[in-house]
Amino acid sequence: MGRLSVDLCGIELDNPVIPASGTFGYGYEFAEIYDINCLGTFSFKGTTREPRFGNPTPRIAECTAGLINAIGLQNPGVDKVIAEELPKMAKVFHKKVMANVSGFSVEDYAYTCEKLDKIDQVGWLEVNISCPNVHGGGMTFGTDPKAAASVVGAVKKVTTKPVIIKLTPNVTDITAIARACEAEGADGISLINTLLGMRIDLKTRRPVIANVMGGFSGPAVFPVALRMVYQVAKAVKVPVIGIGGVSTAEDVIEMMLAGATAVEVGAANLVDPMACKNIIDDLPKVMDKYRIETLKDIIGGMR
Amino acid sequence: MKDVLFIIKENLAIAPQVYRMVLTGDCSQITAPGQFVNIRLDGLYLRRPISVCDLGGDDLTIIYKVVGKGTEQMSRMKEGGSLQVLTGLGNGYDLSCAGDAPLLIGGGVGVPPLYLLARKLREQGKTVSVVLGFNTKSEIFYEEEFRALGCGVTVTTVDGSYGTKGFVTDGLPENYSYFYCCGPEPMLKAVYKKARTSGQFSFEERMGCGFGACMGCSCRTITGYKRICKDGPVMRKEEILWED
Repeated sequence: MGRLSVDLCGIELDNPVIPASGTFGYGYEFAEIYDINCLGTFSFKGTTREPRFGNPTPRIAECTAGLINAIGLQNPGVDKVIAEELPKMAKVFHKKVMANVSGFSVEDYAYTCEKLDKIDQVGWLEVNISCPNVHGGGMTFGTDPKAAASVVGAVKKVTTKPVIIKLTPNVTDITAIARACEAEGADGISLINTLLGMRIDLKTRRPVIANVMGGFSGPAVFPVALRMVYQVAKAVKVPVIGIGGVSTAEDVIEMMLAGATAVEVGAANLVDPMACKNIIDDLPKVMDKYRIETLKDIIGGMR
Repeated sequence: MKDVLFIIKENLAIAPQVYRMVLTGDCSQITAPGQFVNIRLDGLYLRRPISVCDLGGDDLTIIYKVVGKGTEQMSRMKEGGSLQVLTGLGNGYDLSCAGDAPLLIGGGVGVPPLYLLARKLREQGKTVSVVLGFNTKSEIFYEEEFRALGCGVTVTTVDGSYGTKGFVTDGLPENYSYFYCCGPEPMLKAVYKKARTSGQFSFEERMGCGFGACMGCSCRTITGYKRICKDGPVMRKEEILWED
């Protein structure tokens, strides 16, 4: 066990840095510029039962210290992901990957998770019940404790790997949702997905995003994410993955002090493809500066 | 793809609101005309994608129009300043299809990427015709630069203040072996309808990352979903599916 290693649901990560789903594709573009095996793991592009093109463009709007996206879960569907993408991913990444799954019904989630659960290369299933960019699914399951629990229950029934539930911040009490997921057998909680936002183009007076609204992420959301990670980590016993605006090694440590076992990096990958590697390289120096011997000792260590 | 620190060597207005910037740095990742770079700017979260206009040794030339905060900030930058630039993005034009007498069609700020293409095609000994479309005489740039390469140049202006009155489609020659086209989407559509040969189009879209990770700039094509930043920005005429 190195200074940076952590245990995520029974699997050791060399470090807690995980590129977040939707900001890292299947890793290929990043593997062109650095050896992505330095990552703890990565959460690949959200997978659904059927192939999806996603939303019309424009899908991206810039904001102060962040961006709004409304991709709409573009992906080739679970069968193609298993047949084509996972073997290709295995060539550039030799550790266990995290499979991010979305759906439009409880059955969808169970169907897709059951298929991915059979793949050895997949270490964890990250179940996204928080996508703000699709209608009749995604976030609808993440905003009600009972609906969230029903997804967890159905997925747990058909899988053997750790199931991590990815939560939306667009709720009144995120701890109630987290607790409901834990009670139904979730092995971990990741949060936060994006905050629902929008922009208007002053010249045209039309929304910048074709879908009108989208998910806001980037450094601007970090304090909100940190607060919610802190609240959820206190409310549940299972490991928590902190996500939201993380851009530096300092942010990683702050998330871990708030209670995160591991940390996902999202928007930062889009503006700096080297972001995750730089964060990992910086961690030992920053740990020295704050007299942190090993990262796992600081999880939830806020005084 | 490579993230490179460039030093600004020149930043000059060449037409109203249009600037040419010459940057010095590692251009090794830029391999084809029609590729673009993505520029990081202070205080702005997303990078700004700008097409490559020319290359020479360590010098990278870009031409941009001031259309918003990012390009406005760029227009105020001085010689000797620096920019963090992600280089070598996109597929670029395929020169192998050009034939003996290719036609290059550019509109407004769609003109710049055609310059390096024209230079490369001329180096291969091709007879190159160029049609450049602008709104009005004062907005014209690079007419002489294309002529200096030995291209046959036709300029069209919407208001008729210079060259042929009308759009680029009013200035197309009778005979050409293949075409390359870059400009606003209505122009691409018009050329698509009128062109007599096969060709390649360069597309624009709002991008997140610019290197294929976020799926922010996806489009449907006859050969499947494509990311304009990574699988494009250049698409072949045969694969294009117009959305409306």
